[in-house]
Amino acid sequence: MLTGTLGGLAEALGLDPLLVRLSFAVLTAAGGTGIVLYLVLWALSAEPDASAPALPVGQRPRNRQIAAVACIVAGSMLFLRGAGIWFGDAVAWPVALAAAGSALIWARTDAADRQRWARISERLPGNPVVMVFGSRVSPLRIAGGALLIAAGMAIFLVANQALASARTALLAVLVTAAGLGIILGPWILRLTRDAGEERRQRIRSEERAEIAAHLHDSVLHTLALIQRSEDPADVAALARRQERELRAWLDHRPTPSAQQDLRGAVDALASRVEQLHHVTVDTVVVGDAPVSEHVEALLLACQEAAINAARHSGAPRVSIYVEADTDSISAYVRDEGRGFDPDAVPADRRGIAHSVIGRMRRHGGSATITSQPGKGTEVHLELPRSAS
Amino acid sequence: MKADAPRTRLFLVDDHQLFRSGLRAELEDEFEIVGEAADVDQAVAGIAALHPDVVLLDVHLPGGGGATVADAIARRGEGETRFLAISVSDAPEDVIGVIRAGARGYVTKSISPTDLADAIRRVRSGDAVFSPRLAGFVLDAFRGELPTSIDPEMDQLTPREREVLRHIARGFTYKEIGVRLNLSAKTVETHVSSVLRKLQLSSRYELTRWAMDRRMI
Repeated sequence: MLTGTLGGLAEALGLDPLLVRLSFAVLTAAGGTGIVLYLVLWALSAEPDASAPALPVGQRPRNRQIAAVACIVAGSMLFLRGAGIWFGDAVAWPVALAAAGSALIWARTDAADRQRWARISERLPGNPVVMVFGSRVSPLRIAGGALLIAAGMAIFLVANQALASARTALLAVLVTAAGLGIILGPWILRLTRDAGEERRQRIRSEERAEIAAHLHDSVLHTLALIQRSEDPADVAALARRQERELRAWLDHRPTPSAQQDLRGAVDALASRVEQLHHVTVDTVVVGDAPVSEHVEALLLACQEAAINAARHSGAPRVSIYVEADTDSISAYVRDEGRGFDPDAVPADRRGIAHSVIGRMRRHGGSATITSQPGKGTEVHLELPRSAS
Repeated sequence: MKADAPRTRLFLVDDHQLFRSGLRAELEDEFEIVGEAADVDQAVAGIAALHPDVVLLDVHLPGGGGATVADAIARRGEGETRFLAISVSDAPEDVIGVIRAGARGYVTKSISPTDLADAIRRVRSGDAVFSPRLAGFVLDAFRGELPTSIDPEMDQLTPREREVLRHIARGFTYKEIGVRLNLSAKTVETHVSSVLRKLQLSSRYELTRWAMDRRMI
C-alpha cells in the first residue's frame, strides 16, 4: 500500500496482493520480521517496467493458494518463535488468527466483483450482507472469517488480562475498533471509490451536455441556415465561419468576439469580411501580441484592405498574413484579382488612402500598396512594437 | 500531362467515404488511383501491397493517425512511396507529427482541385509542398534565437529560408516567389526542401513544445 512493494511482489508471484499483505502483517507480529523483510524487498525492488505484461492475478484466490501461503507463514512463524524472534504468544497468534479470518472474508474481488460494487448504490436498501459482501461470497466464508477474527480478538484480550486493569478497557475499545476496521474497512474504501467514480461520471455527463449545447447553438444553427440558403456563395461563407468558430472552440480558444490575442482577432476580422462579402479569407498568423489600441488600428486597416480586395479585385480568395516579431508587427493582405494602378486612383476615392494609410500613420506605422493591373494587389502594413 | 509519361499511381487514405469519392472524382482524370483505405491498418496493408507513387494521407485516422501510417511504411524501408498530408484539422501538433513521420508536404482540405493536383505532382517529383498555413506553422515554431543548440544548422532557419516561407504564408506560388526574390524556381524548391528537412530532423525542443502550447491555449 505504501510503496507498492507488496503489490509488486504479489504480481510477480501471481498471488493475490491481499494474501501477501496479510502474510507480512502476520510476520510483523513475529518479532517485526515482516517489517524487516518488507524493507529489504523495497530496497531490492526495481521500478515496474510498464511495457512488461503483468502476470494475470488469479481471478479468485484458490483455496489451495490460500492454504499454501498460510502454511508458509505458519512455518515461518514457528521457526521464528523457535529462534526467539518473537513478540510473544499473546500478540502473534491473535494477529495470525485475525489475518486468516480477514483473508477468508476479503479474498480479493475480481473485475466482475468491482462492477458489482459500482452498482452498489442501487442496492443500498437491500440485505446488508449481500450489499456489503456481494452475493457471490458464501455466507459460510463470512461466518468462518468473522469467527476467526473474533477468536483472535478474544485471545488477545484474554492474554493481555495480565496488563494493568486500567488499560484493559481502553484496550478492549481499541481491539473492537480494529476488528470493525478489518470487517468494514474495505467496504468503506470501496464506497469512497464508488463515490469518486460517480463524480467522474457526473463530470463526463456535464461535459457532454456542454458540448451538446455548443453544437446546438453553433453547428445546428448554421446547418439550418445552410438548408434555407439558395446562394452557393452564402453557403460557403456560412460553412467557413462555422468551421472557424468550431476550430477555435476545439482549440479551447475563447470566442472571437471576446478575443484579446492577435490570432483570435485576425480570425475574427477574417470571419467578418467573409460574412459581409462572399470571399474566402485565408489567415496565417505567426507569433502573438496583446491587442493594444495601436494593434487594433492595424487590424482595422487590415480589415479595410481585405474588404477592398473582396469588393474590387474580383478574386474569390483573400490571404491575410500577420507576423508579430520582436520589434514590429507586419500584416500582408493579398489577392490575385484584377489589380489597379495605384497612381491612377482619383483623389475623390480616398477609402484606401484614408482608412488604411492614414490610420497606420496616425498610429506610428506605415502602409504600402503594391498593385499592377492584372497581377493582383498586396497591402503591406507595418507597426513598430515600440508604438504598440 | 504527356500521353507517353506513365501516370502517377495514387493511393487515398481518409476515413470519410464521401471525401474519398470526392477526391477520386477530382483526380482520376490525371492520376491512376490504385487504392484507398479508411484506417491505419488498411492503409499500411494497401500501400505495402500496391507500392503507389504518392499517398494522399489524412492526418486524422482511426487507429493512430496519418503519422502512424507514414511511420509504418518508412520502417519497412521499401519502395519510393511519398506522402502528402491533407487535413481539415490544422492542429499544429498533428501536422508537425505527420511531417516528422516523413510526409513531403501538407495541404488543407479546402485546397482547390487544381492546386491539389499540382501539389501531388510536386510531391511525386520529390519536392516539398508547403501550404501557407504550414509555412506559418514553421515560421512560428522556428521563431527566436536559441541560447544553446546542439545542431545550429538543423535548429535554425536561414534568413533566405525565412523569406521564402514568409512569401508562401502570404499566398505566393513558388514561381512568383522566384520572381520577387530574384531566384530561380529550382532555388526556391531547394530552400523549401531544406526547410522540410529541418522540420523533420531538428531536435529543436521548441518544435514539440510549440505544438503542445498551441494546443493548450
